[in-house]
Amino acid sequence: MTERLAHTPATAPARGPRRLIFETGAAESRCVMPPELDVPAIDLDVALGGAVRTEPPVVPHVTEVEIARHYAHLASMNFGVDSGSYPLGSCTMKYNPRVNEDAARLEGFAGLHPYQPAATVQGALELMVGLAEALAEVSGLPGVTLQPAAGAHGELTALMCFRACHVDQGDARARVVIPDSAHGTNPATVAMCGYEVTTVPSDERGGVDLEVLRSVLDTDVAALMLTNPNTLGLFDENILEITRLAHEVGAFAYCDGANLNAIMGISRPGDMGFDAFHTNLHKTFSTPHGGGGPGAGPVCVTERLSPYLPGPVPVRAVDGSFEFAWPERSIGRVRSFYGNFGILVRAYAYVRALGGEGLREVSEQAVLSANYLKERLRQAYDLPYDRTCMHEFVLSGSRQKREHGVRSLDIAKRLLDHGFHPPTVYFPLIVDEALMIEPTETESLEELDRFADAMLAIAEEAATDPDLVKSAPYTTPVRRLDEAGAARNPDLRYRREE
Amino acid sequence: MPHIPVTCEQREAMLRAVGCEALDDLFGDIPAEVRLDRALDVPGGLGEMELVAHLRGLADSNEPAGGMVSFAGAGSYDHYVPSIVDHVLRRPEFFTAYTPYQPEVSQGTLQAIYEYQSMICALTAMDVANASMYDGATAFTEAAMMASRVTRRHRVICAGTVHPEWQQTLLTYAEAGTLEVTFVGAEADGVVTTGADGALASVLQTGDVAAVLLSSPNVLGNLEDVAGAADLAHEAGALLVVGANPLLLGVVEPPGAQGADIVVGEGQPLGSPMSLGGPAFGFFACRDEHVRHVPGRLVGRTVDVDGNAAFVLTLSTREQHIRREKATSNICSNQALCALGAAVYLCAVGREGLASTARACITKAHYLRDRLLETGRFRAPWGAPFAHEFALAFDGDVTAMREAMLERGFLAGVPLAHTGPLDHTGIDRALAETLVLFAVTEKRTRVEMDAFAEEVASL
Amino acid sequence: MYPSDLKYDKEHEWVRLEGDVAIIGISHFAQNQLGEVVYVDLPSEGDAVTVGEPFGEIESVKSVSEVYSPADGEIVKVNSGLADTPETVNEDPYGEGWMIQVKLADPSQLDGLLSAEEYEAFVSKEV
Repeated sequence: MTERLAHTPATAPARGPRRLIFETGAAESRCVMPPELDVPAIDLDVALGGAVRTEPPVVPHVTEVEIARHYAHLASMNFGVDSGSYPLGSCTMKYNPRVNEDAARLEGFAGLHPYQPAATVQGALELMVGLAEALAEVSGLPGVTLQPAAGAHGELTALMCFRACHVDQGDARARVVIPDSAHGTNPATVAMCGYEVTTVPSDERGGVDLEVLRSVLDTDVAALMLTNPNTLGLFDENILEITRLAHEVGAFAYCDGANLNAIMGISRPGDMGFDAFHTNLHKTFSTPHGGGGPGAGPVCVTERLSPYLPGPVPVRAVDGSFEFAWPERSIGRVRSFYGNFGILVRAYAYVRALGGEGLREVSEQAVLSANYLKERLRQAYDLPYDRTCMHEFVLSGSRQKREHGVRSLDIAKRLLDHGFHPPTVYFPLIVDEALMIEPTETESLEELDRFADAMLAIAEEAATDPDLVKSAPYTTPVRRLDEAGAARNPDLRYRREE
Repeated sequence: MPHIPVTCEQREAMLRAVGCEALDDLFGDIPAEVRLDRALDVPGGLGEMELVAHLRGLADSNEPAGGMVSFAGAGSYDHYVPSIVDHVLRRPEFFTAYTPYQPEVSQGTLQAIYEYQSMICALTAMDVANASMYDGATAFTEAAMMASRVTRRHRVICAGTVHPEWQQTLLTYAEAGTLEVTFVGAEADGVVTTGADGALASVLQTGDVAAVLLSSPNVLGNLEDVAGAADLAHEAGALLVVGANPLLLGVVEPPGAQGADIVVGEGQPLGSPMSLGGPAFGFFACRDEHVRHVPGRLVGRTVDVDGNAAFVLTLSTREQHIRREKATSNICSNQALCALGAAVYLCAVGREGLASTARACITKAHYLRDRLLETGRFRAPWGAPFAHEFALAFDGDVTAMREAMLERGFLAGVPLAHTGPLDHTGIDRALAETLVLFAVTEKRTRVEMDAFAEEVASL
Repeated sequence: MYPSDLKYDKEHEWVRLEGDVAIIGISHFAQNQLGEVVYVDLPSEGDAVTVGEPFGEIESVKSVSEVYSPADGEIVKVNSGLADTPETVNEDPYGEGWMIQVKLADPSQLDGLLSAEEYEAFVSKEV
């Protein structure tokens, strides 16, 4: 009998799939119906000029208890931060404080219509201005837009500002330089903004190769996009030289702030010479990931770039009240309304709970915890860049692959049986069999040790019983999936049986 | 420190374990010139009780539309959200989870999103829906970019009657990218003319158009001739992109049945609070033949090694983390939890409830419009069919009227001019200044509407 | 694994010459590196191909690779069956898994390609 490690909490996940909600309930089932009409009925066909639906849409008809049970079952098949350690590199899966959830649901926030008169939303504007001021201080960059809905959206916003500024100077440019360790959103954003990508390799210490950087920088380069600390979890020691080189050719330096959790109160992108920076509120500022979103990706920029930010931006008026204003040379809007306000409320609550001092402590602990884990795992796994890391580090499973045929994907799947969410695997692309580990500051020492013990146990299993690891997981609601089948014959929606 | 469970003593032990004497030693790679040599000037350190008091103070200083008799719409609507919706969204297994890249422990999110995609397809009468976009405006813009990829053409024609904020978003992206946008305004009756001699037909004749973009209802509340636009677009080899209101699709003919190739929209009416305009979600649906051009995530159904039905993110080679600069979009994080909320919302109202809700909104809107016209203070600039939102011209100062009504507890719609620049709408500027958009949801009662009409008349 | 009657290039395509028509596919090594092929995107008959330029794409679950043409010419036939059964590329890379047939503009362009032995030596260094 294969050893199936016990991650069986008191509320054991329901094993196996649940039937679709469409297959639940009956035609007469009802849950929440609107009240009887209190105005005279009209002929819809006339009112809508004939554009009336003939077949009702196939949405379910179920009772509330069936909804509750359905989603309770689905929830039991999910792993969240509350379920256990989630050391997913570059994603900063920290605890999501519950009071923030309550705050966003206050009627005084959730009930606001975006076109209410400014006089009736002063508290909301004050909150947005307060958050923007905090982000400006943390980043060292004074101009802030809260509009972008996600990190990638923030990247795009910043590049659009660069483009507009260059165009204003009659200096349109064609290329953006990105290191080979960058997130996929960086090159995708560059392409969306009409630029071409030039990739620069990392040097043997994991930083940007300065020599190559010098050779690719010229007056056709609009920007350099860099993640610092980078995706190897390393702070680029040459950062000032790197941003100086970019500025020397008239290019802007952009900081992908995915890894801000390492440096709050310790070092600021603005002081490193960056012209623009985005931060993921759903990473560093504790707003929940929501199974993929919503997040928010505010962008902070220099004074020179501030006039180009998307509008409208919330500002403090001279009389102390708050209002929306349009930056003078604004690129326009990058979405409707003002941003993911409900996410901004959560992030604001987090900032006010911690304050400047608390934010620094977060980064200190995040970095210490990552280094502690790295120390505990360095013997069992390869460590391609053996330096003090920031809030995350990258191991390689290449030894396990070479010696036992066990791949990092297998290690990741086996961690599920040990009760942990796996680290990010196969990223960054420049590390073979990468395992990117970010514990965050919200894990206790006991949890860190349990995770390290599990990783060590798996390294041992890989050596003694590789097949056990290669066929993992065993204890999850479903096991490894036929992903090739899913892609070859896409089944992307429920079809009512004819 | 809240949320840091490591104790001081443990911290010392951890520092020793990594060979450091002080926390500062961990940051040795950071050059001294870029080390912050002072404390961050960020106020805080509030305990939970103080924090709640502070936040409540800010919230209480607002006057939420949700607490008024509100007729404000224009992209954000005051619908009733069934209680079960937020109870599901508050489940930490859903809201504290990451993107479901590890399907074995993400079946909850994956199945819920698969069901969401199925419901969006059902509402819009399309084949494929993605797992959500940021909002309606960006979904609309991504649709234009997708049409450009599909047709390998760069010019799109956008109806000037589309919400001005969507127009602005489209233009911002177009400016930076490769899209060229031509606008066609309303010619008569507050809609785009689809006749052979109309502006749309004549612009299409200039050739090489990737897509015709419109929304129905449009920003004025009027229903566009979607089928007519589809014929014109298809004749010119262009795709038709339609922005739709998902709730109204309970009774309104779905764009998929009218010839649309891509259907997008703002999902807020389906169970998201207004929340000053976000977060809600954008939905995005298209035909099977274009599935490989779709931006964003897709969930598919498959089986696991034991043969159990299971769900997984699929066709990922379209996306940024694999295809990088050749990806169909740079979108990564989307608005998954809001999309999940929409699925719960649709379950809660159900097939009948959705139709009843849409019917109630439309019927009440028609009632209110009649009452307002009866006051003599308003004039209807056109007679096109509309659904649950309509524009009327007010015979006085719009701002003063809104302020006066606010004092009486009414949010008196949205002045059209507040929705953004109206240059492309085709509406006379002087008329536009007087136009007010009124939206009516199922929450409004006859008593409230009668009182509103009476109060406005008395101004 | 590397049939001796075929020629290979360093982008891992193989070529079978039949008169002045070259049949082109990807090698066993390439399909093995890709893993399960889920989609093959090929051009249309009548399209031109250029030596060293990509003419199509092969997708696995988590990767996309371009397929390069080893010569100039015009496509006379496309393996349309791969649209429905892309896994054929894995199962029979040198047979039913072929991708395009090209009427060569200059058959001498194939002279520089690798023999089976040379290709095997080449890929053994890539592992």
